[in-house]
This record gives sequence, structure tokens and C-alpha cells, in this order.
Amino acid sequence: MTPAQHRSIPLKIAIYALMTALGAVFIFPFLFMLASSLKSNDAIFADLASLRAVLPIGALTGENYVHAFARGHIGHYLANSVVITGVTVALGLVVNSLAAFALARLEWRGKQAVLTVLAVLLVVPFEAISVPLMQLVAKLPGLSLGVDGLVLTRSWLDTLYVQILPFIANAFSIFLFYQFFRDIPKDFDEAAYVDGATPLQVYRHVIVPSSLPVFATVTILQALAMWNQYLWPLITVPGEAARPLMIGMEQFFGARRTAWGEVMAYASLITVPVLAAFIFFQRWFVRSVIGSGVKG
Amino acid sequence: MSGHYAKVRRHAGLTPLLFGAPAMLGLAMFVLLPFLMALMLTFTDQRLVSPESSRLVGLRNYERLLSISALVQDPERDSAGHIQREADQTPVYVRVRAITRSQPAYRGYRPLGDFHFGTRRITILAKDPAFLQALCNTFTFALVVVPLQGVIALGLALLVNAGLWGQTIFRAVYFLPVVMSMVIVSVVWAFLFNRDLGLFNLALSKLSFGLIQPVDWLGNPSTAMPAIVILSAWQGAGLQMLILLAGLQGISQELYDAARIDGASTWQRFWHITLPGLRQSITFVLIVTTIGALGLFTQVDVMTGGGPREATATVMFEAVRHGVREGDIAYGATICVVYFALITILILLPHALLRRRLRGMP
Repeated sequence: MTPAQHRSIPLKIAIYALMTALGAVFIFPFLFMLASSLKSNDAIFADLASLRAVLPIGALTGENYVHAFARGHIGHYLANSVVITGVTVALGLVVNSLAAFALARLEWRGKQAVLTVLAVLLVVPFEAISVPLMQLVAKLPGLSLGVDGLVLTRSWLDTLYVQILPFIANAFSIFLFYQFFRDIPKDFDEAAYVDGATPLQVYRHVIVPSSLPVFATVTILQALAMWNQYLWPLITVPGEAARPLMIGMEQFFGARRTAWGEVMAYASLITVPVLAAFIFFQRWFVRSVIGSGVKG
Repeated sequence: MSGHYAKVRRHAGLTPLLFGAPAMLGLAMFVLLPFLMALMLTFTDQRLVSPESSRLVGLRNYERLLSISALVQDPERDSAGHIQREADQTPVYVRVRAITRSQPAYRGYRPLGDFHFGTRRITILAKDPAFLQALCNTFTFALVVVPLQGVIALGLALLVNAGLWGQTIFRAVYFLPVVMSMVIVSVVWAFLFNRDLGLFNLALSKLSFGLIQPVDWLGNPSTAMPAIVILSAWQGAGLQMLILLAGLQGISQELYDAARIDGASTWQRFWHITLPGLRQSITFVLIVTTIGALGLFTQVDVMTGGGPREATATVMFEAVRHGVREGDIAYGATICVVYFALITILILLPHALLRRRLRGMP
């Protein structure tokens, strides 16, 4: 807002002090998770009441990670989560941006009605429809690839696609795309139409290239939401085969004595890939959210 | 030119429908259809697993959910007409349970809370007091967390936009909780909120020089919800910060320069340039946070299970408790439908009123 050169030295120091204090609040729980993943149960509780809780000091061990791997099929769950997140996000980008393109850039009858319905759908919390949705998918016929080849199943429960298909079309993603597409100057596509372009060509060669920030924003928000899904797989995926990482966490609780070090190791294993992706894409992502200039 | 353009557009014909079809189909099948199914379920006694097929029960689910009544009681008097009192001088009343058991008009009701009016006691009764409590909890949560998180996010956005060295690092740190799953956040914070050993009490005690006594955050009905507010704001503020940062960077620097030449103070610049410039971003942040807050579930499910004494039970928690864990799908669906109707009214009503007023203007 104000260029730094206008600020006095004491003010700068005060701002840094404030930013650092807030930074500590924001990073401590994360550090606590990482540090605890390297400690024994006793050490976690012994260190809890001091700053040692967030520091990797004392008797450190990698055993929690070994146990966490031994206990659950982490590799398998990880693969499931990657497939679920990747496929949903990729298909969602295409499907939702195409719909938003039709809503924002093409004229057709019934458009206003669709926009109104979308606005209402935006408000439905997913939890509110999760139970009837579960009933629905429990009765839908599906295909399953088993040892005896492709078989018709009588339910979507316990599959990967039950965790994918319901989440491809997303009212919020359409809304974000719509906001962005609407503000691209109309002259661009008019010129293309004059040159004989089809709507699909306009979408591919005019709209998509000038909307990369919003594509990035939707990718990140959707990927985070999918990766961290909890309630839905909890009620639709009771078995092992299609279980995602997040639900694998359940098996660490409920035992006679919770092995908190293992819980933290598992939690770190879930979080660190996302964090790594964020740090890797940080500049790009931050600019994209900023560039997309979300409007209310 | 434009005539040709219009012709091309008219010829677009089915294209818009084709483009929109996959998304519309998905939303119709996985959002609209389940919602309509939920609506149908509310008139039945469908169970999750049941040997018998479901029956139509009319409005019974709604009646159970929404029945509220009040019981007005005068104190008991002895034969001389004096008010009977307990040892601590409070008047004696007939026990509420005795009345709900014996009088048909109050059958099925349970007390939600009571208050006194002179010596009169008025007890609010409901057939499902837990739902009303949950409704109250959820709205309280939203009313507190939305402004709190918004203010924190705005503060963070202003800080990381101050043009100082290293702000990229701070920005990443403030964003860090957003990449953590809410389940993990809840597990980690349960440790930090521990009464005797948690860092949260330790920090409070150190910062207040020992004035603030350790609090059993999650074990005490009056602090459990504030604890969930704190961790929710902590988890979500980073994302809102980025959106507000986007808004801040969209405000023209010239406005600030002009204001400075006119001698405007920092506060005046914030109040008259920054805030109006952020209006759209703030609206967006408030809407998104409100929707999220009204769906509060995961934190409660992992950390408190709705307790202690229903203090953190939310509407979605109740819906899942009835609909999934207790297998009473019909009742779970009723909770969802009623709640959705409430939210829609709350969000759309001000909008519609505003529009009517604008239209009525000359």
C-alpha cells in the first residue's frame, strides 16, 4: 500500500516484530506435528509444556515412520489419493470452465435461470446432501475391474469413482471461472468470430490463454479440498482397496493406547507433499490468486 | 461487423448447451437429485439399514424437529398459601418431567432452558432440544468466526503488503495452515489446548504474567466453542489473506499519493481508500467464510464429538449423528432440508429486499 521508503525505522521494527510474533502462532502447530513425529509417546508428553514441543530435540527416532508404514498400506492409500485428486481436478477444470464459458460468453435462452440455480447450489453445504447422496450411489450400478475381469456391480460404494464423479462438476469452480471470463473484454472473441472461429476455438485460443490465473486458483482450491476430504470417504468407502490417505488416519485411533508419534508421523506424511507442492508453486500460485482478482 | 457477429452468435445454436451439459448433468445428478431425495425422505421413516420398507409418515419428522412450547409455572404453595421454598430460598416448582409425562399436551417434550419472571418460572420445551441447541451453536460460531477471521486476514494482508523485505516468507507462513487438512489441524490443536500441558495455556500464562489460570479448553462447555473458533480462524485466515491481498494490489497507488498530498493521515487513507477499494473482496471473503462456518463439522467431530454437554454440537454434526451413526436417514435429511431453507432465506432475503428497494427508487 505504502512504499517502504516512507516508513521510519522504529515503525519497520515494530512491523517485523508483529509479523514474527504472528508467524510463530501460525507455524508452531505445524512444527509441533513435525517434531512430535520424531519422538516417542513419552517424549511428546514430557516436552508438551515447553517450547521443546515444537523443536526436534531430545531422543529422536524414525521409528514412528517405520511403524506408520508397517501398519497401513500407506503407498496404496497415497496412490488412491493421488488418482482421486488428479482425475477430479483435471476433469473439473475442463467441465467447469466450459460451462462457465457458455454462461459468461454465449447468449442462450434459459441462461438467467441456470445462473440463479447455480447461486443457490453455491450455498448448499456438502454435508447437507451427503447422506441422501450416499443412498443414491449405494444403489447405482457400476463397473469394477476385478481378478475375473470387468464385472457389473450393484453399488458405487467402496470404489475410486465414487470419490471422483460427484465432485467433478462444482458450482463454486463454475462461479470463479464465470467471474473471470465475464471481465475479459468482448472485443477479443468478436474479432475471432469475425475471422470465422467457432465457439470452441474461441474458448481454446482466446479465453483459456488469457485466464491461466483462474485455472491455477481453481486447481489449487479443488486439489486441497479433494486431498483433505474426510466425511464422504468415511461413509462411502468402508473397505481397504479404495481408501484414501485421510481415512487411513482412522486406524491409528481407537487402539488401547493411541500412539501419538505415529499419528503425527502419518499426519506429516499427508501434509508434507501438499506443502512441498505449495512451496514449489508458491510464486505462481500467489500471483494467480492475486491475478484472478476475485470479485464478490 | 456487429451484424455479422450477431449472426455467428445466433448460429451458435446448440453449442452453449453442449458446453454446459457435462457440468449441469453432474450438478443435477450429484447435488440437485440428492437434495430432492432428501426432501422426499423427510416425509418417510426410512432407516439406513432396515428389514422393513419405509412408510410415509407425513410431517412427523418436521413436527419432531420444530415443536417448541413453553411451560409457565407458579411456585407450589402450602395450605396457608405461602410459597414453598427450598433450603436455598428458591421457590419449589412441580418437576418438568412430571408434567411432560402426565399431561398429553406436553408429551414428548424435553426442557431446553428456563428463566424466571418474578416468582413465575417459564420453561422452554422442545421435542428435539438438541437440534435447537445445535442451531444456536452454529449461528453463534458463524457470527463470531466470520468477523474474527476477516479482521485477522485483513491485518495479515496489510502486513504482507507493506513493501518490506521478506514478506514472501511471511506470506507463506501465514498460508501454511491452509494446506493442512482440518482433521490433522484438529488433532494437533487438541494437544495444544490440553489443560495442564498444552502450549496454548502456557503462552496465555506467560503473556499475562501468570494472571490467566490454565483452562481446560475442550473439556469445559463455556470454552470448547471458543477453542474451535480459534483454531478455525487460524486455519482459514491465510486463504482469505491472499484474496484480500489481491484486492489491495488492485487499488491504484495514485489514490494514496493524492491523499498524502492532501495531508490525509494513515487512518484516513485506510478508512477512505483501502476499505472502499476492498469492498468486493471483503464481500467475497465474508460470503465464502459464512458458507464454510455454517457447515462446521470436522473440527467438532474430531475434537469434541459435540460435547461437553452439547456445547459444540452443530447442525451438520446433528444431521450426521442422526442420519449416519444412528441410521435414522429420514430425520437426518429433515435436519438438512430445514437448515438449507433457513440458510437460503438468510442469504437471499436481504438480497431480494435490497433489490426491491433499488427498483422502487425513481
